[in-house]
Amino acid sequence: MTLDNIASMKYFAPELILSIGILAILTVDLIVGKPDRKRSSLLAMSTLVLALLATLVTSDGVSRGLFGGLIARDPFTDFFKLLFIATTAFVGVAALRSRDTIEYQPGEYQDKESGEFYALTLTAAIGMMLMAAATDLLMAFLSLELVSILSYILAGFKRRDRKSSEASLKYVIYGGVASGVMLYGMSLLYGLAGSTSLSAIHAIKDPPLLTLIAAITLCFAGFGYKIASVPFHMWCPDVYEGAPTPVTAFLSVGPKAAGFALLIRFFHGAIPADVRSVPLILGLIAAATMTLGNLAAINQTNIKRLLAYSSIAHAGYILLGLVAGNDDGQRAILLYLVTYLFMNLGAFLVVMAMSDAGLGEELSEYRGLGKRAAFPALVMAICLFSLTGLPPFAGFFGKFYLFAALLSRGGTFNTALALIGILNSAVSLYYYARILRAMYFEKPTNEAPILEASLHRWNMGIMAAVTMGLWLAWTPLVDFAGASIVQWYPHATQVASLH
Amino acid sequence: MNRLPILFVLAAIPLWGATAAADPAKPHLVVTPTTLDFPIEGGPAQVVLENRGGIPLNIHAIRLVEGTDFSVATQARALAPGEKLPVTITYNKSKLRNQAFGGLQILTNDESYPVAPHQPNDHIAGVALRANSSCLLSLMVFIPLLGMLLVLLVPKGREDLVKWVALSIAAVPTVLAVYLYAKFDPNVSMQSGNYGLQFIQHSVWIPSFNVEFYFGVDGLSVSMLILTALVSLVAVGASWGITKQVRGYFAMFLLLEAGMMGVFCALDFFLFYIFWEVMLLPMYFLIGIWGGPRKEYAAIKFFLYTLAGSVLMLLVLIALYYNSAETTLVSGQPAAHTFDLMKLSYLNSRLFASPSLTLLGFDFAKICWIGLFIGFAIKIPMFPFHTWLPDAHVEAPTAISVILAGVLLKMGTYGILRINFGILPEATQWAGTAMAVFGTINILYGAFCAFAQKDLKKLVAYSSVSHMGYCLVGMAAFTQTGFNGAMMQMFNHGTITSMLFILVGVLYDRAHTREIDKFGGMATQMPKYAAFFGFAFMASLGLPGLSGFIGEALVFLGAFPVYRIITILAATGVIFTAAYHLWALQRIQLGKWNEIWTDKSIFPDLTLRETLTLVPMAAIVLLLGFYPMPMLTLINNGMNDLLQHVTGHAAAGALALVP
Repeated sequence: MTLDNIASMKYFAPELILSIGILAILTVDLIVGKPDRKRSSLLAMSTLVLALLATLVTSDGVSRGLFGGLIARDPFTDFFKLLFIATTAFVGVAALRSRDTIEYQPGEYQDKESGEFYALTLTAAIGMMLMAAATDLLMAFLSLELVSILSYILAGFKRRDRKSSEASLKYVIYGGVASGVMLYGMSLLYGLAGSTSLSAIHAIKDPPLLTLIAAITLCFAGFGYKIASVPFHMWCPDVYEGAPTPVTAFLSVGPKAAGFALLIRFFHGAIPADVRSVPLILGLIAAATMTLGNLAAINQTNIKRLLAYSSIAHAGYILLGLVAGNDDGQRAILLYLVTYLFMNLGAFLVVMAMSDAGLGEELSEYRGLGKRAAFPALVMAICLFSLTGLPPFAGFFGKFYLFAALLSRGGTFNTALALIGILNSAVSLYYYARILRAMYFEKPTNEAPILEASLHRWNMGIMAAVTMGLWLAWTPLVDFAGASIVQWYPHATQVASLH
Repeated sequence: MNRLPILFVLAAIPLWGATAAADPAKPHLVVTPTTLDFPIEGGPAQVVLENRGGIPLNIHAIRLVEGTDFSVATQARALAPGEKLPVTITYNKSKLRNQAFGGLQILTNDESYPVAPHQPNDHIAGVALRANSSCLLSLMVFIPLLGMLLVLLVPKGREDLVKWVALSIAAVPTVLAVYLYAKFDPNVSMQSGNYGLQFIQHSVWIPSFNVEFYFGVDGLSVSMLILTALVSLVAVGASWGITKQVRGYFAMFLLLEAGMMGVFCALDFFLFYIFWEVMLLPMYFLIGIWGGPRKEYAAIKFFLYTLAGSVLMLLVLIALYYNSAETTLVSGQPAAHTFDLMKLSYLNSRLFASPSLTLLGFDFAKICWIGLFIGFAIKIPMFPFHTWLPDAHVEAPTAISVILAGVLLKMGTYGILRINFGILPEATQWAGTAMAVFGTINILYGAFCAFAQKDLKKLVAYSSVSHMGYCLVGMAAFTQTGFNGAMMQMFNHGTITSMLFILVGVLYDRAHTREIDKFGGMATQMPKYAAFFGFAFMASLGLPGLSGFIGEALVFLGAFPVYRIITILAATGVIFTAAYHLWALQRIQLGKWNEIWTDKSIFPDLTLRETLTLVPMAAIVLLLGFYPMPMLTLINNGMNDLLQHVTGHAAAGALALVP
């Protein structure tokens, strides 16, 4: 069902509310004249809550094409809308207390940029929602660029910080190249189909295989860049290290999830069913991504850089779900993204809380953290165990579903890929354990206790609680993820016992 | 409706299952209750079926899936909207067993229930039927976990209280283990039903992946559970000297105990894996925080080795799951695949052994066997995966070494028996000789390495490598004597090596060194210590009359008819074992007082606490040395069933080769 522009508005409400909220934040700043981070964050949070309500109210499990088929509104987009709203909200709350974003010059307390920060983050949230909804190449490109450009600005938010500016510049250059390559791929697809609509591309009769694969591969440059997969991952460590920590946390979860959403949609929409080599290419990329991410992380000394490589590795794991190419695999991706949201954000929140309390980002600074700041260290430990994939933490269940989806397909390639993936998780323990070791086994250089802001404590507490207790709500989550891909797999809602 | 759960998840409130609104155009079956617990004496109980939908509900059948002790008499019929149908189920208590688990299936046209296999028009609603479900094992597993929280709640500065709380918590599973020993019926076997299990607790845990919460104990695990409870209690006693972060230590310790107990109780592969991994975390911290000078290295080495093994296990676990046959969960619901170890063993092992099934181009069963075996062999530890053990032992605090050697190593052999032997019996036969060879290498290599050690704790650590080799040889024999010997050796090594590590710890506490050459003539200064030391070393080297001998003798008796040359080689290990034990004993206890110790007063004899940690183990070693029957009767039927399972398949396989 495709709706016209007017009828689409109702189902476009979450994005509209966010747009109004953004304007409100900026206008209020202009009218009052004196920026105030509390006011801006309050406005942003209430906008997000309204958007959340709007998403829930207007969502009814029906697939619709909006604006003449440019974007879609279906359970799949709803899932991602909720994911993005949650990410933005958690990061937004954390940023309220973060010196990195608001009070960026040590000693000099200022709220000057707070309005801009929240406006930019919310705009990025709109971009991500559009990415998850895009059913047209044009819209896919526009939304991807929207997210990218906002990411560049956010990465360089600490204007007077060299590392931050460097991160931003590197991000722009890589992003520009990736977008260009993707655009070229899209132009090939357009040439083949005569239309930019994903469904039209899906329906191409007898496509010239080589051209099609070339086009898909080129398009993958754009997606690969967003999810930070090999060989488009180079920007990731520099940007994660240089960007303000709340922004890093945001980038590591939000745009990555949006990239996967777009990838899944592209996978279903644009790739004709008879192209068999796509899982092969994706599989090789996945194997390279997780191996490189994990191996490169081993020697990092900066904790944000280490987590950056870890997030590259996780992109590799998540890609496995796409290689499986079935409902199990895609449901596993959605589930993993949820667990990843909490465990990865949790880890970054600890880094944020610690750097706000005056601790550096070098691993050596974390020595003896278990004694100096017991709670953040505990949260970090929980998140790291979860990232490794140890039960009973959420990450284990996420990983289990990914590998199970891959192995359920059978075949030598899938099995070998699962083996590579699982050995990679064992490797990842080594560098996660370096953080644990610094926190718990090594003597602190400075015994003074570190006090984290109570806001951060609450935020971290939520992350840790969910990471530890997600298994309690696992079955409903699985049902929910299954219902989100029901448009492609009508039986995905039924429990696993049936297939 | 489908958006609500995420809200709940975000709020971390796991509430789900809100009743769906009745659709007037559909039938809607509501079953109350979905779990039916029967009284111990037997007797009837009722389930009520109600049609809350708008149109008539067709009930095609009401049937029992499992549980021969149940019967149902109610006939299936259609239900008008709002009509109720009581179904009476009778539990006829059997003489052979006192527990029963089965499922009731109601086949209807209500589409909100899962489709019945091969009958796309029928949907199955299930009711779990349980008679005399036991919670003993759950108590043994989860009381330490509760204790962990309790320890964390003790206010700061009350280190003494923490220790007493931990001791009383650790005492509970020990008391329960004694109860388990008293109530465990050694006559129960496969013929008695329930796969020869006792004290079963069985329910569904994660329905979307057919994961069940399945605890039970048989001859294979009962001795290990008793050992775990005992060693943990003794280890709390041996931890009394801990002064650094006492709360954290005992919290981790109790978590470790819960994990270990869980591994031996779990009969669902997924559950088993979770406990297996849960055990790693506390162990990592216990070595890494409270360990010796190279603790960081030892801790991560232990963690990485074990994790590398267990991730292989995870892959095999998933592969086995997806190749398992259709079955039913305990709730009566149909399941396409299963993690149930008993069903994987007794209903699916032939399926896995089918030659047409391959993985990565090899025979499915063989490659799975190897994957699982590597995971467990790392834990045993089997040459060449043993290198983590000396490091971990030397750096770990005394009590943790006791746990490591006393319980953790047994998990490797237990896992092989329970999972490799159970699920893949044909591949086990195929790998028998290799296991025997590796076992022999372990015995000899461990003994030779022990010879070369200057550090007493490292010597004891290598003696563990050597002693676990006997278990492998006994297991590989596929004879009743060999199996019993391997199991005995597992239990006996657990008790003996606990004593050895406590004794090493006692010496280290006084001298702050473990170098053998720094001691001499200790017997003159610490006579009581020397007595226990001599006793433990004699038990460890296999002196007849002490329990160490029984296990080794049974292993050799069982293995000799099968592998003559290998057994002869393995038996030479006894000589080397005796040699390095006696040599170390002589250098430490006998001879002249080593003059580097000018102040003899730093070597007081055993304190009461130290004696108390040693006495229970010594008593068991002595008792089982003279009269091993209590242990043998306990394990005999379980081992016999396993043997029948493993060799029975081989016989069938051999017959298939005959044209």
